[in-house]
Amino acid sequence: MKFAIAVFSPAHAPSSRRALRFAEAVLASGHDIARLFFYQDGVHSASANIVAPQDELDVAAQWRTFITEHSLDAVVCIAAALRRGVLDDTEANRYQRPAVNLPAPWELSGLGQLHEAAQLADRLVCFGGD
Amino acid sequence: MAKSLLIISRQAPWSGPCAREALDVALAGGAFDLPLGMLFLDDGVFQLAAAQQPDALQQKNLAANLQALPMFGVEELFACAHSLARRGLADEALNLPVQVLDDAALKALIARFDQVVTL
Repeated sequence: MKFAIAVFSPAHAPSSRRALRFAEAVLASGHDIARLFFYQDGVHSASANIVAPQDELDVAAQWRTFITEHSLDAVVCIAAALRRGVLDDTEANRYQRPAVNLPAPWELSGLGQLHEAAQLADRLVCFGGD
Repeated sequence: MAKSLLIISRQAPWSGPCAREALDVALAGGAFDLPLGMLFLDDGVFQLAAAQQPDALQQKNLAANLQALPMFGVEELFACAHSLARRGLADEALNLPVQVLDDAALKALIARFDQVVTL
């Protein structure tokens, strides 16, 4: 089965960790992930500038590793990201901001990618919605 | 055939970007001609209240943006009767042509759509 997974909560929220564990279980069970889509405060789950205390789980880093290892399509909504200061190199240059916190494997794109993922997948599973 | 998506909007219009971001999901889907519905639930029904004064909060008028839904082809608009009643909006004029649904109808509505996203 093909899953689209949407994450609406930051890395420190339990739902971001649950989304990651769910995504891992999807692949471990032999299913596919059509796309991961990060929206609303979920864009913070993609930030490379999160520093977790040494004895705490670093969910943002685990997302990064998981996505890279499995070469997953991981899209961060550009409008939600700009509003929350999550910027890749192009956007930091465009808006002349001093920091970049969204390197690869993440990709900034629009909400059309969420709809496309929902159409491609058999199931859309969302985490952290209000 | 395209899968249908119900967007459930649960936040008040002036409690942060959530309501606007839920609307953006609907408008983006409408632009792709997807079969969409939008349900205003819990504090989300405050988005439907007429005569809001966003200027006083230095906010843009979300109600004006909501009016774009039918223009983007999102014509299946719903509100929860229970949520409206609890917030004193049951007998008020609303700023969108929504179908007001009781709990049983809500259950049937959610079951009718292929996918659901709650924001």
